[in-house]
Amino acid sequence: MSAAPPVASAPVGQPPPDSDAAPLLAATGLKVSFPLAAGLIARLRHDVQVLHAVDGVDMTIGRGQALALVGESGSGKSTLARALAGLQRTDAGEIRLAGRVLPARRNSADQRKIQMVFQDPYSSLNPRLTVGGMLHELLRVHHVVPRGEVESHTRELLGLVGLSEDAVHAYPRQFSGGQRQRVAIARALALQPELLLADEPVSALDVSVQATILNLIQDLRAELGLTLLLISHNLAVVRHMCDTVAVMYLGRIIEVAPTEKLFAAPGHPYTAGLIAAIPRLTFSEEGDAPAVRGDPPSPLRIPTGCRFRTRCPIAQAICEREDPALAVSPGDPAHSAACHFAFAPVPPPRSPADEKATA
Amino acid sequence: MTEPATTGPGGPLLIEPGMGMPLLQVNELHVRIGTRRGVVRAVDGVSLAVGAGEAVGVVGESGSGKSMMLRAIMGLLPPEAEITDGQVLLDGVDLTQLDNSQLNKLRGPRMAMIFQEPMSALNPVMRVGPQIAEGPLVHLGLGRAAAAQRALELMRRVGIPDPERRFRSFPHEFSGGMRQRVMIAIALSCEPQLILCDEPTTALDVTIQDQILRLLTRLCRESGTSLIFVTHDLPVVAQVCQRLAVMYAGRIVERGTVQEVLTQPCHPYTLGLVRSAPDVDHPRASLAAIPGSPPSLITPPSGCRFHPRCKFAEEDCTTDEPPLRVLRSGRATACLHYERTQDVQPLGAER
Repeated sequence: MSAAPPVASAPVGQPPPDSDAAPLLAATGLKVSFPLAAGLIARLRHDVQVLHAVDGVDMTIGRGQALALVGESGSGKSTLARALAGLQRTDAGEIRLAGRVLPARRNSADQRKIQMVFQDPYSSLNPRLTVGGMLHELLRVHHVVPRGEVESHTRELLGLVGLSEDAVHAYPRQFSGGQRQRVAIARALALQPELLLADEPVSALDVSVQATILNLIQDLRAELGLTLLLISHNLAVVRHMCDTVAVMYLGRIIEVAPTEKLFAAPGHPYTAGLIAAIPRLTFSEEGDAPAVRGDPPSPLRIPTGCRFRTRCPIAQAICEREDPALAVSPGDPAHSAACHFAFAPVPPPRSPADEKATA
Repeated sequence: MTEPATTGPGGPLLIEPGMGMPLLQVNELHVRIGTRRGVVRAVDGVSLAVGAGEAVGVVGESGSGKSMMLRAIMGLLPPEAEITDGQVLLDGVDLTQLDNSQLNKLRGPRMAMIFQEPMSALNPVMRVGPQIAEGPLVHLGLGRAAAAQRALELMRRVGIPDPERRFRSFPHEFSGGMRQRVMIAIALSCEPQLILCDEPTTALDVTIQDQILRLLTRLCRESGTSLIFVTHDLPVVAQVCQRLAVMYAGRIVERGTVQEVLTQPCHPYTLGLVRSAPDVDHPRASLAAIPGSPPSLITPPSGCRFHPRCKFAEEDCTTDEPPLRVLRSGRATACLHYERTQDVQPLGAER
C-alpha cells in the first residue's frame, strides 16, 4: 500500500482545508481480522480460521467533507468505522488525524475528536441515566466547558438537535425512536468532535421519521462545519447526504468517486451492479436478470485475484491471477477504482465457456 | 362488476370494473389486540380485494396494522389478537368462520405466506429438502419419492445452486438470500392461488433484494399466482405490484394503481411518504419530513387519524372521520381535503 493514497484527498464542493494541508483523517494499509473460535485440536495445530473483516484499506477524509461508505452486509464497513473511531483494535496500518499518527491506545483528547452515532439508539444509550445526567457526565469528565456552564451547555446541545429542555429529566425509554437518535447525536456532539461517524443512523427508524434525522445531520454539518463519515446500505440516502462515496466489498475499498460521478459513470462493475439493484419509484421493465448475481463469498474464503470476479459480468482470465489495486482515473484525480477494466475499454462479455472455467 | 358504493368508514371494496369476481375479498376487517395498557385497534375496518394473478402492495409504517391484516387473512394471528368483525372471502368462502383444521387444508394449496425473517419461519432442525417436500406430501398426496423429486425441481426453479447437495443441508447453512429462496420454494410447493408476503426483502442486501424481487415476480407471472406484498418501502412496491393500498393507523387511507398513487398522491400521508424518502433518480435539496410520529392505536386521534401531523388539516378533520371515497375508477382517498395535495409535485424537481 502506498503511503500517500491518491484518493479523495480534496474535499469536493467544500471550502479548502485549514492551514495544515494534511487531510483530517487518513488511514493507510488498515487491517482488522478476527480469529474464529476453534476447537482445541485446531488451535494446537495452528489452523484457526481468520476472518479478514478489513483487508488493507487506504482512505482519506478531507475537512468538511461528507464521505459515504457503502457495501453489502459483511463488507467490513462497520468494522472499518469502529477501527477509525478507536473502538476496534487494528492488526496493521496506521490512522492519522490531521497528519499525526494516532497510537493504538488513544488519549481522551484524541477520543473526543472522532465520535460515533450508532444504528440502534435503543441499545446505544444508557437506560439508567437521564439525558441530562448523561450529557453532564460527558461534559464534566472531558472538561468540555467550565463546571458552572455545564447546565447551560446541556440545554444548548438539546436545542441544537431539536429537543425541548424538558428532555434533560427524561430517560431514553421515554423517547420515540427518532428522538432517541437525536439524543444520541447530542451525545456525540457534546464532545465537540471534528469527525462524526454515523453508522446506519436511520435504518432502525420509521420511514416518515428518517427524513427528520437526515435533515438534522445536514443542518448540523452546515452549522458546525462537521466532517461526516456516513455508513449506509441505502444508496438513495447516500446520494442525498454525501459529496464523495467509497464502495466496500469483502474488506476492501473498491471504488471512490464524487457522488454524482459515481452514479453517472461507475468505474467498478460491482458499483454499477449496486446502483442497478436499487429499487426505483418509477418502474422500468428490465427483464428478469438480476443486477448482481450470486451471494457475496464468505470473508473466510476470499477469492484469489480480484475478489469480485466470482460475481463479475466482465471477469477475464487476468482477474483470477492479479488482484487489482485501487487506481486513479486518468480523467479525474478524485475518482479511483480497483478493477482491471475500470478506466480501460470494457472487454467483451464473457462466453459460457469462460463462465464454466471460473465457476 | 359495477363501481360499488361507499360502505361506511372503511370505504368501498377494492373492486375494479371488469375484473370479475376477486380471488380474495376482505370486507370491513377489524382486528383487536388485548394488551395490559388497553385494547389496540390494530386493523380498524379494512377492505381490500385481490384479483386472480394480480399483485397488490400494502404500504405503511410499523404499527400501521399491515402485518396484522396479513396474519388475519392467513389465520395466523397471535393468541392475544382476534378478529372482532369483518369477512375474509377466499373464492367466496369466509375464512374467519373456519376452525384451525379447516384452515390447515387451505394453507399451502390455496394460500401461502413468505415472512421477513426466514430463519425464524423455517424449522432449524429439519433438512431443507424435506421441508419443501412436506407440503406436496401432505396436501397433494404425493409419495415420498415423488415429493422429494418435486422439492428438487422447486429448488432448481428458485435458483438454489446444486440442489441435489443442498437438499440435505440445514437452514443455518444457507445465506439470508438463499433461505428466502427456500421460503419461496415452500410457498410455491402446493401451487397456491395467493401468496402473502410480509416484508420479504427487508432483511436482505440491496443486490440480494433485487434477485429475490425479480424471482418472485417472474414465478408469480408464470404460474398466475396472486400476491399481497406488505412493505414500508415504496420503491420495492413499484417494482413488484400493479395496485397499491396505503395504510395508516389501522386504516387504508389511499389506494389506486402504483403509478398513480406514487406520481400523484391523493392523501397528505402518501404525499409525505413519497417526499420524505430520498429518491436516487430525483435528488432534491432537502427532504420534506412528516412532523411527529405515528399515533397510539389504543386511543387514536379523533376524526382523521393523520390530522395531528397533517399540514393541510382543517377544523373538520379533527371531528369527522373521513370515509375512503372513490374519486374515479380504482382510485380512492380518505382525505376530506385531498384537492390540496394536488398542487404539490411529489417527485424531485426542486433542486
